Amino acid sequence: MSLIQVTNVHRVYNETDIPVSALKGVNLSINEGEFTAIVGPSGSGKTTLLNIIGGLDSATDGSLEVAGKNITHLATNELIDFRLNNIGFVFQAYNLIPVLTAKENVEFIMLLQGWEKNKREQRAMQLLEEVGLKEKVNSKPSQMSGGQQQRVAVARALASHPKFVLADEPTANLDSASTNNLLDIMVELNQREQMTFVFSTHDQRVIDRARRVITLEDGQIKSDIYK
Amino acid sequence: MIQKIAWKNVWRNKLRSIILITSIALGIWAGLFMMSLTTGLNTQRIGNAINSGLGHIQIHHPEYTKEYNPKYFIKDTALLSQTLSQIPTIKSWSYHNNFTGMIASPTSGYGVALIGINPLTEKNTTSIHTKIISGTYFTSDKKNQIVIGEKLARKLKVELNNKIVVTFQDTSNNIISGAFRVTGIYKTASSSFDESIAFLNKKDLEKLAGTSSIVNEVIVFLDDVKDVAPTKNNLSTSLPMLQVRSWDDISPELGYANELMSIALSVFILIIILAMSFGIINTMLMAVLERKRELGMLISVGMNKRKVFSMILNETLYISLIGGPIGIIGAWATINHFGKVGINLSSMGKGLDSLGIGSIIYTKLDSQMYLTITIVVVLTALLASIYPSLRALRMNAAEAVRQN
Ligand SMILES: Nc1ncnc2c1ncn2[C@@H]1O[C@H](COP(=O)(O)OP(=O)(O)OP(=O)(O)O)[C@@H](O)[C@H]1O
Ligand SMILES: [Mg+2]
Repeated sequence: MSLIQVTNVHRVYNETDIPVSALKGVNLSINEGEFTAIVGPSGSGKTTLLNIIGGLDSATDGSLEVAGKNITHLATNELIDFRLNNIGFVFQAYNLIPVLTAKENVEFIMLLQGWEKNKREQRAMQLLEEVGLKEKVNSKPSQMSGGQQQRVAVARALASHPKFVLADEPTANLDSASTNNLLDIMVELNQREQMTFVFSTHDQRVIDRARRVITLEDGQIKSDIYK
Repeated sequence: MIQKIAWKNVWRNKLRSIILITSIALGIWAGLFMMSLTTGLNTQRIGNAINSGLGHIQIHHPEYTKEYNPKYFIKDTALLSQTLSQIPTIKSWSYHNNFTGMIASPTSGYGVALIGINPLTEKNTTSIHTKIISGTYFTSDKKNQIVIGEKLARKLKVELNNKIVVTFQDTSNNIISGAFRVTGIYKTASSSFDESIAFLNKKDLEKLAGTSSIVNEVIVFLDDVKDVAPTKNNLSTSLPMLQVRSWDDISPELGYANELMSIALSVFILIIILAMSFGIINTMLMAVLERKRELGMLISVGMNKRKVFSMILNETLYISLIGGPIGIIGAWATINHFGKVGINLSSMGKGLDSLGIGSIIYTKLDSQMYLTITIVVVLTALLASIYPSLRALRMNAAEAVRQN
């Protein structure tokens, strides 16, 4: 059974004078343990698709099933809880709470889930060690490089034991060394823990390391290749 | 942790938070100080009027106060004395024999109220003996002494030990005059009082009028001004044939001024509260909109609306709860200080003098008012923080996380 099932999803932005059809009937199925890149030219609908899969935005038409649950028509608060307990997010930037340390940022998500303090701290330390930030646990985001911040974001995304991790252009602001480092960590987590990753990217080096590449063009899937 | 984040968020923009905290503190401080000033002003005005002669309660023959005709005097002084001595809330009283008359100096003459007093008992009631600025207050046994106000002395162009002629109508409507020597000059906080009231020894007046000891006015002082109403009722029932009036029956304008000031104060407080609310709303809204992306991220990763709301609410409350106490404690210290040393307003003292306030104002505020203001400030802060907090909830996760 697939982890993410997108069925004939349309998304029309009506806020503008001329409605924009960002997704035009997307069908997609992603299984547990996949390492999938969504690629395509700017404006092809990558962010729109990821936002819908992540329950941040809702489809104008079509349906979405995540982890066996149809989330197409969930109410806002139910969606928030669903996201908290099922999906890990890594954004391009502004991932972290600036006033908290790396460790507190990772703990935060577990706090929202109601974990007790000891377990939170233990898991935060462990995750930060896994992403190679043992030395930075008590640093604030402003005291870390962009790559380090993204690694904290990955640790944070994993902290809640999500079903999968969504990342919209996670390496867009990173230099190539940091990009490689982040990808190493993601690939490692995918292979060792079978963590499912779905990410969008423009970066050929990132595309090269994906095992499945879905190409969007003008709101439709143009190709879907397993390597 | 949400409280901790909120607390840290307060200090992200230190300058802005400090400005908001300061303006809240200043608003409260100014509000309380204004209140204490008007309360002090009013208390002094009323206190001065009461102490210099009004008393808390006055008792007369019911006809007397219509025309101030001395033929309407109190006949049964034995019952009166007995009644007064039996009411525990009464501190002291004095008997007057008053006449309306004229005082003439070689240069001019003025109409005045002649208060015939018993110097011994008078000192237990009114405070004129403490307001003597030159001469004495009936300390010698000499006959025909008169104590007049500083303003009247100036108008009559008389000095201490000068003689003046006092003319009045006695109980049988005869015109009587006598020469009196100015042995004391007093000055109260009220210049209108000082120009229209003269004190004489009751015995001298009665001798001049050829009457026996007469009482046509009783000035009653209580230990506590709060007991005025019940004591007045008590006296009215015990002395049904006499007229018993409280200070605010006699001088309702003192009470009106009280009301007027409290209306003006309410308006003033309202303005401060409005300004405070707008300050809070504006600043917090700015803080929320500036963090649009971050709040969107928090909602995206699973922070629910209740938690986002309470985080922003907490930020606002922290700011108010720092500013509030600073303002209240600052005001308390200032009010206490000026309650002791007073604020010298003699530069504008002339106006205040004619209002009967005096040129030094002692600030004063009921402890109850501090509580009220504290509650009002907390409520205002809470209400003012609702809008920015709601605004934070309107963040659309998908919109906020879009990177452009
Ligand atoms: N809020 C919006 N209102 C109107 N149109 C929108 C909105 N968001 C996106 N669009 C449009 O929808 C289309 C798809 O946008 P989307 O952001 O999903 O593309 P993308 O593939 O992520 O592009 P990029 O590579 O630049 O991030 C674009 O034509 C875009 O202009
Ligand atoms: Mg995009």
